[in-house]
Amino acid sequence: MKPEVEDEKCMRCGACVGTCPFNAIFLKEFTIDINDDCTECGMCVKVCPIDALDMRGD
Amino acid sequence: MDIQEGDVLNYDIVIVGGGPAGSAAARFAAKEGAEVLVLEKRQEIGSPVRCAEGVSLSWLEELEIDNIHSSTSRVMKGATLYSPAGHKLKITEKLAGNEVGVVLERDHFDKEMARLAVEEGADFMVKTSAVGLIKEEGIVKGVKAKNLGKEFEVRADLVIGADGFESQVGRWAGIYESLEPKDIMTCFQYRLTGIDMDPDYTHFFMGSDAPGGYVWVFPKSENTANVGLGIQFSRLNGEKTPKDYLDEFIESHDDYKGGEPVDMVAGAVAVTHPPEKVTAPGILLVGDASRVVDPMTGGGIVNGLIQGKIAGKFAAEAVKEGRVDEEYLQKYEEQWRDKMEDKLWRNYMAKEAAMQLNDETFDKIIDALSDVDLETVTIGAILDGVKKKYPELVDEFKEMI
Repeated sequence: MKPEVEDEKCMRCGACVGTCPFNAIFLKEFTIDINDDCTECGMCVKVCPIDALDMRGD
Repeated sequence: MDIQEGDVLNYDIVIVGGGPAGSAAARFAAKEGAEVLVLEKRQEIGSPVRCAEGVSLSWLEELEIDNIHSSTSRVMKGATLYSPAGHKLKITEKLAGNEVGVVLERDHFDKEMARLAVEEGADFMVKTSAVGLIKEEGIVKGVKAKNLGKEFEVRADLVIGADGFESQVGRWAGIYESLEPKDIMTCFQYRLTGIDMDPDYTHFFMGSDAPGGYVWVFPKSENTANVGLGIQFSRLNGEKTPKDYLDEFIESHDDYKGGEPVDMVAGAVAVTHPPEKVTAPGILLVGDASRVVDPMTGGGIVNGLIQGKIAGKFAAEAVKEGRVDEEYLQKYEEQWRDKMEDKLWRNYMAKEAAMQLNDETFDKIIDALSDVDLETVTIGAILDGVKKKYPELVDEFKEMI
């Protein structure tokens, strides 16, 4: 399952975008978008400075 | 500029990203007569600020800028380093080789850099994202972009990716290798007002307050400062976020505890070694996108500006010659590497060694240095200073680097 982003927390800083090894994350106007290239490695969840990302089902 | 769906614009050079590196590239390319367009995805250049804003001024002459008074928030007299046990080392301007530092108003600064590019004839579009590259027979020929919901194309002989840590352009072009977790710093910062500090010095706190990184306090006024930290990604265990670390640091320091935030900033930087290549046919990268952030400090502005100038001049020449092939792009690789690659490698190795230090060692180093009169701040002078009190530490450190 892909990570889920809490839009109200996300500051669109790009930390997850630059860290993602699979280029699966894109900055959008008010949040981020994670596409199907995601391998669920979890690096984006860990790099987020404010814990705005979570693995679904956690 | 009024964009309609499906428009095709033609330029010599299109630059993705209107930060300092992108604007410097635009300025020096336009100065040489190239037709340049800069695309900035945000609605306002320089805002929101995503930076600690501390910078030296060693590059002004090279960038052909008289002064940046209007973009300066506060002029610094020096820096103070703190060890975990509270030992202090004050480094004055004279010690630092007269290299004056300032804390910027980054939003103003970025607009100034853009203004200088426009003076040379560059065009800018804001709230305009690049959404893909146009490639023909393996050569990049421009970008697909979106402005206020309308998709259009910018065809250009050369694309410059200046789109920061999260660079898509570098990834689309296949230039990137993934970063190693140990080479990513994840950062969080508040601008705190109502705090107590020496407002003429930047302040750096070393040790486990910020594992693998440091806490910075960069004064913006008498009682306001950017207070932030960077944590090495590989030392995060999923329990505590950078924000948690910063909140704890502030809570445990009486000088900062009473402060109130007027903004918060998140982000990440790559503190890595220079990449193998930052070019591909029809495209080159500059600034954070090309990973030239100083690995020791995490600062990216100065290298971005200097590399931006090199890129701009080179790009104008390349399009004039009609050469954007791999062989010709090597000239850019050589030019920017001549300027900064050695130092980037040196600072990367120093960072790798510094990462190994524990709190006790930081205490010893800063304690030893506060006893001696440092005349210059070079790695050699620091090692000599430490050697007087803790010779075994120096041997250990030398082995590591």
